[in-house]
Amino acid sequence: MDFLQPATWTEALAMKAAHPDALPIAGGTDVMVEINFDRQRPPAFLDLTRIAELSGWGLDDGMLRVGAGVTYARLIGELGDRLPGLAMASRTVGSPQIRNRGTVGGNLGSASPAGDAHPPLLASRAIVELASTAGTRRLPAHEFFLGPKRNAMRKDELIRAFLVEPAQGPQQFSKVGTRNAMVIAVCSFALALEPERRRVGTGIGSAAPTPVTAPEAERFIEGVLGEHDMWQKPAPVAESALVRFGELVAAAARPIDDVRGTAAYRRHALAVMARRSFVWAWNEYRGAV
Amino acid sequence: MNGRPRVAEDVWEGTNLLGVLREHMDLPGSKNACEQGECGSCSVYLDGRLVCACLVLAGQAQGRDIRTVEGLASAGVLHPVQEAFLEAGAVQCGFCTPGLVVATHDLLTRTPQPTTMEIREALAGNICRCTGYAKIIDAVHLAASRMRP
Ligand SMILES: Cc1cc2nc3c(=O)[nH]c(=O)nc-3n(C[C@H](O)[C@H](O)[C@H](O)COP(=O)(O)OP(=O)(O)OC[C@H]3O[C@@H](n4cnc5c(N)ncnc54)[C@H](O)[C@@H]3O)c2cc1C
Ligand code: FES
Ligand code: FES
Repeated sequence: MDFLQPATWTEALAMKAAHPDALPIAGGTDVMVEINFDRQRPPAFLDLTRIAELSGWGLDDGMLRVGAGVTYARLIGELGDRLPGLAMASRTVGSPQIRNRGTVGGNLGSASPAGDAHPPLLASRAIVELASTAGTRRLPAHEFFLGPKRNAMRKDELIRAFLVEPAQGPQQFSKVGTRNAMVIAVCSFALALEPERRRVGTGIGSAAPTPVTAPEAERFIEGVLGEHDMWQKPAPVAESALVRFGELVAAAARPIDDVRGTAAYRRHALAVMARRSFVWAWNEYRGAV
Repeated sequence: MNGRPRVAEDVWEGTNLLGVLREHMDLPGSKNACEQGECGSCSVYLDGRLVCACLVLAGQAQGRDIRTVEGLASAGVLHPVQEAFLEAGAVQCGFCTPGLVVATHDLLTRTPQPTTMEIREALAGNICRCTGYAKIIDAVHLAASRMRP
């Protein structure tokens, strides 16, 4: 087994091109479990933790561009005010030890349907930046996830960063699990309000082969808010509309029965989380206007 | 390693930091109970951040500042966190203790007077199968009161 340790991003891309089978490792919180239990034996590791470019973040044309190697702990501490939905999700990841090491780049790399960073990234229409020696490309998050633990990254590519607008309005994240810490989501839901654009973004986790959005639910609730000019004159949303919003979110999922929960439970829980998240976010918006 | 440079020989590339500590550096304080980040008994500091040593690839630790439970006590004198764990009866079989001591040390460094809720959150990644946690939480409060400046 080889251990490759690039010091710069350019070097990392060159190494990945030369060793396409090398397994990238960032925080190691997914990779090391595989290695420790001998479920994977890659010909080489490509350690990304020495690359300064990956652990920084900054503004890029109005968007936040966050390096793939920024840990959950740093996201919470440094970007919690600008990315509240992602920060809420980050707070539910594992334990302090896991949040000190685990990265969003690694979450994207693993592309688990249950990855907690994914629903907020979907809800706020994030973009994933991939790079190889051949160049850089940017993919909307919803095009990045292809199937359970499968993503659009090619063998010669690495994840450089994700790009997301600083929150345009209230955001929420909820997750169902057996405990408040250290749980893989039974299912999860993220919501982002964009008052300027009159838009509502959604993201569903752990209830379909990939993380997904609920476009019909988004259009429906945007219609309700638009019809009554509620972005201008915010008022409570009718209970029937909230119930319908929840139903449409649940309908966008394609859950299965597994050890963590049944498909029926997941649908039910999603409807409840969607309705509640919307009310929390909407009340915050009403309070702020 | 605990303040001084150490060299480990013949380390397989796929070994984790916990294996390096226990098998190559004669530092068996950090325990191996799960090797999957679930139990926290291997908690150590890596460049000042609390991590699970079982999830750090050996080569990732090279040249980094590692502090283990062995690095908390000085010259045969227990650290106040260790004293508090003993006095409060927070140690039964003791397997979880080193990890909990390091995690508590980390918590009290950042939050010198934590609430019970803050303690529960900070120690959520450390599993104990003996004590039922009540005495562990007592121990953290006791250590906090002792360490008050
Ligand atoms: C105890 C425990 C609890 C956990 N709890 C949660 C939880 O609550 N929610 C959750 O979502 N996850 C959880 N996880 C899973 C894991 O922590 C996350 O998926 C984390 O985001 C992985 O990040 P990492 O940096 O550790 O990735 P790594 O393990 O280093 O890598 C993960 C994958 O991504 C690839 N990769 C990493 N960085 C890049 C890059 N820049 N470019 C290309 N590929 C890359 C790797 O090759 C690998 O395939 C938990 C894990 C453990 C051990
Ligand atoms: S042995 Fe590392 S967390 Fe359990
Ligand atoms: S004292 Fe036995 S596991 Fe905690």
